[in-house]
Amino acid sequence: MRFLRHAAAVAGKDLRVELRTREVVTTMVFFAVVIVVISSFAFTDQIASVENTASGILWISVAFAGSLGLARAFDREREGSTMRGLLLSPADRGAIFLGKAASIALTMLLVEAVVVPLLAVFFGAPVDVRLPWLVSLLVLTTIAFSIVGSVFAGMLLPTRARAVLLPIALYPVLTPAFLAATKGTAAIWIGGKAGMAEADFWLKFLVVYDSLFLVASLWMFESLVLE
Amino acid sequence: MLKRALVLLCAAGAVVGFFILPDLVFEAPLAYNLFITQKIFYYHVPAAILLFTSAIVSGVASAGYLKTRRGGWDDVAAASAWLTVVFGAITLTTGPIWARPAWGVWWTWEARLTTALLLWLIFVAYGIVRRFGGPGSDRLAAGLAVFGSINVPLVYYSVNVWRTMHPTTNVIPTLRRDMLAPFLLGMLAYHLLFVVLLAARAAILRAERRVEDVHELALDAGLE
Amino acid sequence: MNLRVEDVTKAYGRQRALAGVSLELRPGRLTALLGHNGAGKSTLIGVLSTLIRPTAGRIVGEPGRGKVGVLAHDSFVYGDLDAEENLTFYAKLYDVADPVGRVRTLLDEVGLDESARRRPVKTYSRGMLQRVSLARALIGSPALLLLDEPFTGLDRTGARALAHALVKARDDGRLVLVATHDLEAIADLCHHVVVLSRGKVALDREQEQPFTLAELREHYGGA
Repeated sequence: MRFLRHAAAVAGKDLRVELRTREVVTTMVFFAVVIVVISSFAFTDQIASVENTASGILWISVAFAGSLGLARAFDREREGSTMRGLLLSPADRGAIFLGKAASIALTMLLVEAVVVPLLAVFFGAPVDVRLPWLVSLLVLTTIAFSIVGSVFAGMLLPTRARAVLLPIALYPVLTPAFLAATKGTAAIWIGGKAGMAEADFWLKFLVVYDSLFLVASLWMFESLVLE
Repeated sequence: MLKRALVLLCAAGAVVGFFILPDLVFEAPLAYNLFITQKIFYYHVPAAILLFTSAIVSGVASAGYLKTRRGGWDDVAAASAWLTVVFGAITLTTGPIWARPAWGVWWTWEARLTTALLLWLIFVAYGIVRRFGGPGSDRLAAGLAVFGSINVPLVYYSVNVWRTMHPTTNVIPTLRRDMLAPFLLGMLAYHLLFVVLLAARAAILRAERRVEDVHELALDAGLE
Repeated sequence: MNLRVEDVTKAYGRQRALAGVSLELRPGRLTALLGHNGAGKSTLIGVLSTLIRPTAGRIVGEPGRGKVGVLAHDSFVYGDLDAEENLTFYAKLYDVADPVGRVRTLLDEVGLDESARRRPVKTYSRGMLQRVSLARALIGSPALLLLDEPFTGLDRTGARALAHALVKARDDGRLVLVATHDLEAIADLCHHVVVLSRGKVALDREQEQPFTLAELREHYGGA
């Protein structure tokens, strides 16, 4: 219980700082929108499969905007060395990690809420159908990104080349989650019995992925971050 | 002393094996439709298996390193990671060479190929992180190896299931009984090679660490 | 309640920041840690705070995580939040019983102006920042208080306020270690002086009466 309280305190602090400056959300949303716009130039006429294309673009923009927010959220802990302040407290390392992951996840969901309607506008993607499935998929993939992202970003904190190394280390490990996300989103939009069966599979897969990596991260965070 | 003798024995075995192998491969029966080009499989399959093996070895050794912080684990992890890249490169080049005449395409999104490519990418990233990371990169790389290894069963399983939903005609053939001899020799030679390379590379890394330690002691004693 | 450092070494690759350091901290003494830049003072504080793992040696009597307060060059506070928000956050992490009350008391103790408490910390002067950081270090009622060059950049008033707070901490029975090269500031405060040189203890001296400035200059001449 204490663990969750500490995690909530860290998440709350992050969100409060973000609310004060609105810096991360603004840059993330803008970046994501720009990616969608640029992508739509490539696919102006006669897309073979609207669902697949729009799905791919959604997740590309989320992936890139997400790493922006991730990097910034952890960079904040460098100013004033507040990360050390957190590590000095009696709070469990895992709670710190969880709190940060939670706040990043919430910020990303906000960005996704902006990007998804854009896909309807630019690509005619059927974003309003089977909304519960779509939302579940968005939430589960965002959780995956936040968990793995927070572990790696936390590890890279003192490294000089961290801006470059974070994507290099992060994306290969996240590939299965993005695979599930893109295929799942497209399946939801295509619909039909086969489509929904596939969507169900990818949702279950993401639950397994998230659980595995959450456990692995909580177990390893301590040994990964300490000097 | 025993360890060195064993490694030398493996080296000898590998040399002999790879010396004999081309003859056996040449004399092996031809596959029905692909004839000569199928023979690359004798080199491709063991390399692919070792790609997965060395990835798992690196993952396990990395976990050990993170928990114990003993240099020995890190040496094995780094050596194995390097081998994953090497065997991965062999696999990913020999594979398409076979695939083009067999399937008409260089690549297909099938479970084994996808997993192999992903694994290779993860361990290339490992190499990049270790080389350019600076202090603390040993931990990040170890984390990468552990998380990367966890991904192996996940990707394999998921792409397999996905393939059942979207089947293609590009299928990997199974091995015929009368092709067993060269195949087994190839496997043996490759595995011996793996042991030798792992031992050698880990020894190099360990030696580098020892040099650093001695240098430190010298500094302390005021010798420099 | 004593803390013993036993033969601690910390190596960074080829560099040895600490090479076999041994010393003992006792409550009520206030230990001054002196030495040139690069002598290993910050590293020793890092090891004592448990953030740095020693390569060899050990610490006996370590109060444990959450019971160590650190005041260093880094402020450990979030610039976009104000003093109260920062301290309340840390109070939650330290499981403080009455966060709001304790935060108020602490801020009064360190002498931070009421009007300043609602402004973002990034607008604070150095002296004000130091006060918030000190309050943060004290929020969990630490048994061990570590200060790394706390007097740097402080004006006369600020230095005096800090010295006052240090004496209070010392008299409260906390273990206090101050690393500094400002002999004037630390004079008349400490009963125990340790001098580090190139990662080793060059001098370890204790006396009944606090060290005067003259005595410090004598033992640590040629600073």
